Amino acid sequence: MLKIVNLHAEVDGTEILKGINLEIKAGEVHAVMGPNGSGKSTLSKVIAGHPAYEVTKGEIYFEGKNIEELAADERARLGIFLAFQYPVEIPGVSNSMLMRQAYNSIRREHGEEEMDPLEFDDYVHQKLDIVEMDPKFLDRSVNDGFSGGEKKRNEILQLAVLNPKLALLDETDSGLDIDALKIVSEGINKIKDSSKGVLLVTHYQRILNYITPDYVHVLKDGRIVKSGGKELALQLEADGYDNIIESVNGEAK
Amino acid sequence: MSEIDALDSVVSQPYKYGFKTEIEYDDFPRGLNEDIIKMISEKKGEPDFMLEFRLKAYRNWLKMTEPTWPNVEYPKIDYQDLVYYSAPKKKPKLDSLDEVDPAILETYEKLGIPLHEQKMMQNVAVDAVFDSVSVATTFRKKLAEVGVIFCSISEALKDYPELVKKYIGTVIPPGDNYFAALNSAVFTDGSFCYIPKGVKCPMELSTYFRINNEESGQFERTLIVAEEGASVSYLEGCTAPMFSKNQLHAAVVELVALDNAEIKYSTVQNWYSGDKNGVGGIYNFVTKRGICKGVNSKISWTQVETGSAITWKYPSVILQGDNSIGEFYSVAVTNDKMQADTGTKMIHLGKNTRSTIISKGISAGESNNSYRGLVKIGKKADGARNYSVCDSMLIGDQCGAHTFPYIESANSTASIEHEASTSKIGEDQIFYLQSRGLDEEDAVSLIINGFVKEVFKELPMEFAVEATKLLSIKLEGSVG
Ligand SMILES: Nc1ncnc2c1ncn2[C@@H]1O[C@H](COP(=O)(O)OP(=O)(O)O)[C@@H](O)[C@H]1O
Ligand SMILES: [Mg+2]
Repeated sequence: MLKIVNLHAEVDGTEILKGINLEIKAGEVHAVMGPNGSGKSTLSKVIAGHPAYEVTKGEIYFEGKNIEELAADERARLGIFLAFQYPVEIPGVSNSMLMRQAYNSIRREHGEEEMDPLEFDDYVHQKLDIVEMDPKFLDRSVNDGFSGGEKKRNEILQLAVLNPKLALLDETDSGLDIDALKIVSEGINKIKDSSKGVLLVTHYQRILNYITPDYVHVLKDGRIVKSGGKELALQLEADGYDNIIESVNGEAK
Repeated sequence: MSEIDALDSVVSQPYKYGFKTEIEYDDFPRGLNEDIIKMISEKKGEPDFMLEFRLKAYRNWLKMTEPTWPNVEYPKIDYQDLVYYSAPKKKPKLDSLDEVDPAILETYEKLGIPLHEQKMMQNVAVDAVFDSVSVATTFRKKLAEVGVIFCSISEALKDYPELVKKYIGTVIPPGDNYFAALNSAVFTDGSFCYIPKGVKCPMELSTYFRINNEESGQFERTLIVAEEGASVSYLEGCTAPMFSKNQLHAAVVELVALDNAEIKYSTVQNWYSGDKNGVGGIYNFVTKRGICKGVNSKISWTQVETGSAITWKYPSVILQGDNSIGEFYSVAVTNDKMQADTGTKMIHLGKNTRSTIISKGISAGESNNSYRGLVKIGKKADGARNYSVCDSMLIGDQCGAHTFPYIESANSTASIEHEASTSKIGEDQIFYLQSRGLDEEDAVSLIINGFVKEVFKELPMEFAVEATKLLSIKLEGSVG
């Protein structure tokens, strides 16, 4: 589904990603862990097509197609979704309005008929339950005045509504209390299925208690320094990033 | 040869300047003096009181100085180099407005409202003001059936002189400010609306202003009176061709609402704003003020300012009647080298008077956009309340947004709330929407429409649609 080959990317002339290789197949959950500043958000933004980041080397393939030339919205319509670490506020634009426009733009892309507001209202109400969100959030402006946790839930609501093939979840767990973490994780579990890929970016392993990754990758200074199964996350939790990374460096010598 | 005859012979010379609409003009010579004012008054066959009003205003004006406090810059205007009266020789019908500058036509095509269809608008009565004179007023008969008077102010001065005399200059005295004084001296036309007691005006009233003559200033005067229990919604639209010279538009609009009356005044201002380098465009120096004279009356200004090289305009409300309500909803968009200094004054005099100010400024390019507002609470205005929100949005990093709120309260029972914010339409907002599948253009227009939503919902339907399209045209290509 997603194949990243020797990806180098820079922003404002600074190289942040320094040769990433990663392959996600349909049905797989990949966790990317790493210390602050290691490039986790950058990786997810580059895959989603943020214009400020320049790919200087390497390729990103989505369903076999090199997506380098595609703008963020084109990638989104192909089925790549990014849940933001820091969701953006858009005053005056209602949540349901945004989701309907987004949903319909994706439907148009697939030659499907647009959903009218009434139909969409029914559709979106079904999805609210997934993240146990109050319907009143539909009429509120996108993320405007939402608490940190509400913003994260709203990202997952959008994920549920837009139903992409590949979900990039950037620290969806951060800022959530334990109850919200449970709800959001269970929501993600309901959404994911054998046809979808998930890239779960996280700083802590606690979300992995709820969502079981098939693979765990450790990112450090723009490189994946270690990959393994779900037990790697536990090892990270027990030993800390420094030790893992040091042992990696040790191996390299 | 009398002086008038001498001037007449000058006027009848074919005018040599390249006008965009090929019509013959009846122009006065350049310059301003008492004789010109007398000629205007005579040409219009005005009653004596009007001429006196004009001359008094002119003498006032001579003693005044042009204001320098607005946050705008422009070369000194030579008032002796302007033409103060310019009328098409033959009255063109509104549907012959199609000989306008192709660029303007193109813009309107893009808007989906060809100019010649303007008057086909259903259920909207239109007064069309072309340069100095009103050329047509539609639906007059239908309005007369319910007692509503809607005509040009020139006709009103002939047909209803007492009504005009009773109200003109009562809200904006002839010496109010430099441009109002100038207007009071030389105004040439505009609209007059009178809604009698208890009548809800059955259709929207609208004036469509057009400046076509490159050399003339436009000084229009509008007066709207709503008697006890009357209500009216009034729309004002304006365009001008692209000239490399600047044209002066110095209008005065007065609104009077008596007991339980309601006036809603909406403007979509789309004067030519000059080119990318700031050459040409309209100087829009306008005085608009309403008085809530009666108890429980309400005046609401909604403006969408997308044009003009310079905008200087503060639609205000004097809340004299107890429990009266004043509202000001504004979107001001500046792009390229445009400058806008706009806002409102809410003067609370009566008890339990309430005012709301919602101002949204959008600046792009190298433009400068200022909000300037005054909330004044008089001694007797017990329980007066004001709520103000001033938000600015910046597009790019070469433009400026400024907020100048002034508060003067002489009554401790008053409550005044003011909120202000400045945001930047960011790559991150656009990226967020794009990552949901919206293309860049849709993303930008969604963000902007969200920003102006509180104001646009106040506009009548037709105008809201037009204003939305105008916004996207105005800001096209300014993001990214
Ligand atoms: N616009 C930018 N200009 C320069 N450096 C940046 C920019 N954006 C991010 N970085 C740097 O890139 C590195 C990786 O950032 P990020 O991907 O956000 O890390 P993470 O999500 O793993 O915490 C950090 O050192 C950060 O400071
Ligand atoms: Mg991050």
